This record gives sequence, structure tokens and C-alpha cells, in this order.
Amino acid sequence: MLTQGFAVLLSHWWRHKLQFAMLLLGLALATALWSAVQAINGEARASYARAAAVVGQDRLEQLATADGTRIPQQTYIALRKAGWLVSPVLEGEKRFGGERLRILGVDPITLPADAVQVNVGAADIGLARFITPPGLFIMSSETAARLKGVDTPPIRISDALPPGTVLTDIGIAQQVLDAPGQLSRLLLAPTQPAAAKPLAEVAPGLVRRAPAVESDLSRLTDSFHLNLTAFGLLAFAVGLFIVHSAIGLAFEQRRPVIRTLRAVGLPLRTLVLLMVVELLVLSTVAGLIGVALGYGVASLLLPDVAASLRGLYGAEVPGSLSMRPSVWGLGLAIAVAGTLVSAASRLWRIATMPLLAPARPRAWSLASERALRLQAAGGVALLVAAWLVVQFGSGLVAGFSALGAMLLGAALLLPLVLSLLLKLGERLSKGAIAQWFWADTRQQLPGLSLALMALLLALAANAGVGTMVQSFRLTFVGWLDQRLPSELYVTTRSNDESQKVHDWLASRSDAVLPIWNTEVRIFGQPVQVFGIADHATYRDHWPMLEATLDSWDRIARGEGALANEQLARRQRLKLGDMISLEGGHSLPLVGVFSDYGNPKGQVIIGVDELMTLYPDASRLRYAVRIAHDKAPKLAEELRATFDLPEENVVNQTTIKDFSLKIFERTFAVTAALNVLTLGVAAIAIFASLLTLSGMRLAQLAPAWAMGLTLKRLALLEILRSVALASFTMLAAVPVGLGLAWMLLAVINVEAFGWRLPMHVFPMDWLRLFLLAVASAILAALLPALWLTRRQPADLVKVFANER
Amino acid sequence: MLLDLHDVSKSYPTGEGVLQVLRGVSLSLDAGESLALTGESGSGKSTLLHLAGGLDRPDSGAIRFEGKDIAGLGDVELAAFRRVSVGLVFQQFNLIPSLDVAANLAFQARLGDRYDAAWSERLTERLGLSKLLDRYPEQLSGGQQQRVAIGRALAGRPQLILADEPTGNLDEATGDAVLELMLALMRESDAALLMVTHSNRLASRLGRRLHLAAGKLG
Repeated sequence: MLTQGFAVLLSHWWRHKLQFAMLLLGLALATALWSAVQAINGEARASYARAAAVVGQDRLEQLATADGTRIPQQTYIALRKAGWLVSPVLEGEKRFGGERLRILGVDPITLPADAVQVNVGAADIGLARFITPPGLFIMSSETAARLKGVDTPPIRISDALPPGTVLTDIGIAQQVLDAPGQLSRLLLAPTQPAAAKPLAEVAPGLVRRAPAVESDLSRLTDSFHLNLTAFGLLAFAVGLFIVHSAIGLAFEQRRPVIRTLRAVGLPLRTLVLLMVVELLVLSTVAGLIGVALGYGVASLLLPDVAASLRGLYGAEVPGSLSMRPSVWGLGLAIAVAGTLVSAASRLWRIATMPLLAPARPRAWSLASERALRLQAAGGVALLVAAWLVVQFGSGLVAGFSALGAMLLGAALLLPLVLSLLLKLGERLSKGAIAQWFWADTRQQLPGLSLALMALLLALAANAGVGTMVQSFRLTFVGWLDQRLPSELYVTTRSNDESQKVHDWLASRSDAVLPIWNTEVRIFGQPVQVFGIADHATYRDHWPMLEATLDSWDRIARGEGALANEQLARRQRLKLGDMISLEGGHSLPLVGVFSDYGNPKGQVIIGVDELMTLYPDASRLRYAVRIAHDKAPKLAEELRATFDLPEENVVNQTTIKDFSLKIFERTFAVTAALNVLTLGVAAIAIFASLLTLSGMRLAQLAPAWAMGLTLKRLALLEILRSVALASFTMLAAVPVGLGLAWMLLAVINVEAFGWRLPMHVFPMDWLRLFLLAVASAILAALLPALWLTRRQPADLVKVFANER
Repeated sequence: MLLDLHDVSKSYPTGEGVLQVLRGVSLSLDAGESLALTGESGSGKSTLLHLAGGLDRPDSGAIRFEGKDIAGLGDVELAAFRRVSVGLVFQQFNLIPSLDVAANLAFQARLGDRYDAAWSERLTERLGLSKLLDRYPEQLSGGQQQRVAIGRALAGRPQLILADEPTGNLDEATGDAVLELMLALMRESDAALLMVTHSNRLASRLGRRLHLAAGKLG
């Protein structure tokens, strides 16, 4: 009985191969985009975990200074003498050629067993070679490949290390990082001798830190990955519309069969069970195809994602993917769960349907106005919920929940809005054909509404994200001009060289402005503190969001500090609030500036104040003011005089170009996901039109019999698709604007800590409108072509068959 | 002569080979005349009706309407012929579900640019549809739907009405009433009627009657 019943159910797909293909395609595509995002996120997170696990910092307690400043080596020696089992680590960044590397110096002799990632005693490395100059640089093969031709100590490969990280002896690291006698932190062996003297006695400046279970990188990049996940979910939701539509249609088409199966004795429970099994088989097959496709998409997107993460957060992610069981598992699970959710209402209807319920194969397409209004009421409720979450909620999850509620609410409202527009069209039309066109289009609405809802989501996402990106670009370009007013930016290699370069430049330029900085912990988080000179360059250009009237004077006098927007928002700082700096010294906040693209908090004080409070601050960088046309010559002379590498003297244009390049790559992924989501929506419309085309014949044949040619009917079918896509685009514009506003005013603020002004770009909407129309024409073209090729015999069957 | 079919044959390809539906059928119909075409299921009645209405083309033979051979017309001309000269009434009514009664009634007449408001109003009254004009087909009974189909066929005052089992879906009393009304209205508009039916009783109400068996007129 089971086999027979199952065979009958499956025979439907055999007879409706196209419908079957569309169902599989919809589900596979939805799973593909979701899985692509998961594969990318998985790869990135694994990379962060590897970075966090380097030298056991995720497992071992550590000793460090409270403010994050370096530890003198003498303190380490004192602790060892006092019986503490500690091992020194020095960490810092250094540029080699074009690559910025994270240098990790360790002492292989004292390194606790838990912290050993690379066996330096192995034959291919050798302890002696590791600890004696020139030492060894151990790094992943990917990092080594990037350093080809660059002058470094001898390289050894270990893929246990994340990309961009170099493991070396602590002595070598102190030389490379120009930090003699300095340490970043001390790793504590898991068991310490009971007789060791108390920490407060031996090293009062140090505090114990718990293992860092979650790395800073992982926390910083969370919002980036959440953005990708949200896009993956959106694409999945769009794909599910196809699935829901195809499953709904199949259920309705099979109602007579279901009635017959029950009439001949198949128990209802068995029938529902068979249908669930059928869905499980279908979703598993589609899920497998989808995850495989997802890996393809992910491998295409990963290089851009890796570049974005490196540019935005300094996070190193490998450029190639590895197969992760979790991605396969999650992909299959979401495909199965999505299918079951899409089919739940239909299954419930079958489970509660009386045996003799009339089998109306097209009942689904005759949804009443009441159902439309009910659905629209649900949409309004979701929009209200979105508004309430924006008003009273907080956090990124609340932001995305509001976004989801708004999009879903708008999608649910769409059929009613379209129905009203079409009714208006019908009322305004004069001729018989025009009147029939609008009325017939309205009648097609229930059958197409799911696909149109998918299109609305895709178009709104495109318009919204496009508006956000373009607003961001406009603001960003203007901001770069304000933020980078100097003609040249110079990075020296040591404090000695820094002084010499400064003196050399002083007589050859209009101004040499120090950009000295250090990284400390303020408000319990890593914050960059910059010291700047009192100069018109800053007073005239700096991108202030709010400031006291005398802000620059107070900074010059060492009586005030500026904070970047993200720090001010995170700490809810207002002008006048105190910012605690080194040694209990505090300065009032006198201004807040925009600082796009920087994940970290930043504080700016006078340069003299910086050097007083943080004498060890890096003094390597300068901004140089000089007439624009004289800058290239000065840069050339500077390089020649001090034998500075090309990248250490850069002009304003190069930095701006580089920043814009990072910007473009960051949003290249978003753009790609946008296009793919729109593609899925176009396929949703195509699938719906194709599926409906078989059933349209019965509706078109009477019009044909009364004197409309097939060519004209086909043209009207294309026009119908264009009209629906156009109306959907009209509805998508306000939804897209709402989405852009939420991205700019809610999500970005939560995710990155900055708020951007919103600009509108009507030409982009026009382009999107044309794209939507082109998709609609393409989607309707094949069914329309089929219609023109119909033989009269097929059409008259409509009248004959029903007898 | 309004309609003249001469030696018309028609076949359809099927899974088991070619099915010969009509074999050299000839018949004629004058303006204002009514003709019943009877026969068993599969005898070719509906096919003949479709050929006469320009819905399909014969394999051989000639179909002349007012002396002009419509079998050789292209799609555009055939569509124009159907718009202007033919009114169709089917057993399943085949109304346009998206249009209300008023729009359904006027649809073909407006399509053929032959809409006459006064005649349309009269038809509506005679068919008893005045109070149903804003209803949609699914809100009507079978008899009401068939009256709309008849009204739609007659609204453009075509010269030829083709009816395929127009009362086949109705009970006997309603069917009789509907047919009576259709015949009366046809007389008023001076249209000819070619009607396919199983029923000898209904066939006897028409002016002339022909029987079709295995694709040939008996």
C-alpha cells in the first residue's frame, strides 16, 4: 500500500517535469546562497579561531599591564626569580614589502606545553637556528607565498599558523619590532608553584587576564558576518517563495488524486506521512545540489571577502575554502526545514480536509479579497512591530529583526496594493482588451503573488542596499577629502630616523605635522590615542560631527580630547564628559568626529600631551603640507635621502585610491549577493509563469475564440508580466528607502558605530526598474513563445475537453 | 447562402496514429436559418462546428462564408472573422472569470467594434440579467451563466451563432427556457444558428436537422 501510494504521488512529478525542475532549482538556489555565506563565514571564523589560539592565548591565563602598555623585560626576570612559571610574548605589526604581518615573538624554552603550536625542535626548523640571529620566521604557506622576493629572515612553513602571522624567537621579534627589552604579555603555566611570591609584591603593575575565549577580531568582525548572514537569509527567503509556490501548486493539482487515494482506502495519516517523506527526499536532493553550488559561489566571493576583512579589520582569512561538515549539515538542515515550513500549511489542509471536499484544481488562484485583506493586515502588523522595535529595541539582533519584519510586512502587503492598482487600471481603461487585460492580470495575482513578493524583496534589497552603499560612498569620498588634507604621509622606521626626517622636512615644506599614536585600553576596550599639532590643517578640515566652539584651542592647550563617533556612541559620551587617560589623568570631551571604516575607538589629544602621558608612543609618522605640485618631487628627494621604501612615503591620492579600493571590494560582495538575490527572484517569476502557462490556456482560449490572435495574446502576456514587475518596482522604492534608512540609521550604528546621512539616487532606481522590466520580459518570453506556437487543435480542446 | 461547407475533411494525429474525424462533409446554411447537428460522441460534431467558426482549419475541402473561403485565411483574418461574424456558445459557458457580467456581455461586441448600447440593454433585459451585471461568473448559477454566454454571442449582432451543446449542462426545464430565449433573440437579430446537440427533442425545435455518424452526414 505504501509503495503504491508513494508511486502515485511521485507520478505527479513525472507528468510535470518542469514544475519538478523549478521546485528543485528554487530550493537548490536558496540553499546555495545561504550555504555560500555559511562557507565564507565558517572559513573566516576558523581563521579567527586559529589566530586566537596562537601561543595558547585562548587556553592560558596571562599577565599584562592594565592599560595594555608593554612590560619591561626586567619584570619578567623578577617574576621567574620569584618562582613564577611565566613565558614572555611580544606581539606587534610590521610591514614587509607590501604586506603587514603580525609578529609573535616567543621563548621556546619556557613556552608552556599548551601554548606550543609549532615544534621548533623539529628537524626542519631546529631550536638553535630559531633562537640565534638572524633567526627564523615561521608562517603559513599562503603568507610565505605573499612574501616572495621580500627581504626577511629565513622562512619555515607551518600551516598551524593563521595567514598573516609570523612566529619567531622573542629576541628576534624585539629587533624586528624595534622594542628592545619590551614584552607584550606573559603566559602563565597552568600550575604554579605554591611557594611563588604574591604577584602584587613582585610585579604590582601587572594583572591576571583570563584566557581570551573570543578574540577581538572575532568580536570586531561579528557585524560584517552578520550582514552576510542576513543577506544569505534574505536570498534563502526569496528562494523559499519559489518552493512555497511550487509545492502549493502541486498540492492543489493533486487534490483529485488525494481524494481518490483516500476513497480507495489509503488512511489519511499514511497519506500525510507519504507526503512528508516525499518532501524530505526532494529537499535532501535539492539541499545537496544547493550546498555544492554554494561552495562554487563562495569560492568566487571569498577573495573579495578576504580583501574586505583585511582592509577593514586587518583580519587575515585564507583565499581558499575547505570543506566543512557543518556547512553541509546546516545547508541540508535549512533546506529540509525550509521545505517543511513552506509545505506546512498545505499539509495541514490535507490532514484536515474532508474526504469528499470538492477537488477544485484552481481554487488556489481564486483567493478571495478577504484573504488578501487578512494577509495585508498581517503585513501592517509586522510593519508596526518593526517600528516598535526601532523605537524601543537596541542591539544588532533587534535591528535585523526590525529589518526582517519590515521586509516581510511589505511583502505581505504587496498583493493587496497590486490588486488595488490593477483595479484602478481596470476602472480607467476604456477598450474591451484593456479592460480584460487589467481584470485578467488581477485574476492572475494570487498565482503570481508569491513570486512577486520574492521580486519585491529582491528589488527592495537592491534599492535599499544600493542607496546605502551610494550614500556611504558619497559621504566617504567627502570624508576622505576632509580627513586626508595633507599632500604627503611619511612613515619612518625608527625614532632616530623620525627626528632626522622631521628636521629635513621642516625646511623644505610648509608644515610637518606629527601623527604619533599609541594603543591603550580606555573604557575597558582597545583605543587608539593620537597626538596632533595645532595647525590650520585640522582646524579647517577635520570632519567634526559636533564640537565646542573652542575645541581646537583646548586641545592645543592640553585641556581637551576628541573622540571618534564609534567610541562616543558606544560609551554614550556627551561633550564635557571626562575621558580617563594614563595615570589617572582625565580630559573633557570637546568634539566628536566621523571616522568611517575604523572598527576601533579613537581619541585625539595634543601631541605634547600624548608624549607626556605616553612617552613610548610611536613617533614614526608625519603628515606633510606643501604646494600640491611640489609634493612628488619632495617625496622623491625624501626617499632618496633616507633610502626610504616606496610605500613609506605616500601621497594623498594614493591613500585615497587605496581607501576607495578597500571600499569597493567591501561592497563588491554585497553587490554580488544583491545580483544573485535578484536572479533568484527572476527565476521565481519565470517558474511561476511557466507553471501557470499550462493552466492559462483555459483562460486564454475563450478570448482567442472571440477574435484575439495568439500573437496578440502572447504580447499581452508579456505586457502583463512587465506591468506586474513595474508595479512591484514602484512598491519596492519606498520599501528600499525604508531599508536604506534602517541600514544607515539603525544597523550601521549598531554594527559599526557610525551613522551616515542618507542620499537618494533616482538614476539607480531607473536602472533597477529597467532590470526588473528586462527580467519580467525574459521570464514571460518562453511561455509567450509557446503560446504563439499553439495549434488551434490545442485551443479548441479547451472547449471539447470539458464536455 | 451564408455558410457553405464543401467536401470538408479533418483528421488529428493521436498516439495510435491519425484519427479521421470528418470525411468529406458538405452542408449549407442560409441567413436567419437554424440547423441542428446531431450524432453520437466522437462523431465529429464539435470539430465541424469549430471549422465553421474559423477556430480550426480543414485538411481539405472549402468553407465559404458569404461566398468567401475562410479555410485559406491567415490567423489575423480568421480572428477578425470570429470577432465580427460569429457568436459562440459552449456547453461549459467559457465566460471570462475575471470580468463581471456586464463586461462579459460586451466583450466580443466591443472587441469587434460592434457594440450597440441600446441593443445590449435590450438583450440584458430579455435575458433577465439586469440585476446581475456587477456579478462575476463564479457567483452565477449554470442557467444564469449560459444566458450570459448567449448574450455575449449575440451582443455584436453576428450573422452566425455556433452553439455546442448549449443546454447540456443545464436541467431540462432550464435548458428548454434558455433555448427558447436564444431562438427568439436570434430571430430578432436575424442571425443563423448552427447547433450541436445530443438531444433529438431539442433538435426538433430548430428549422432543419442533420445527423453526423463516423465523420459523415447521414
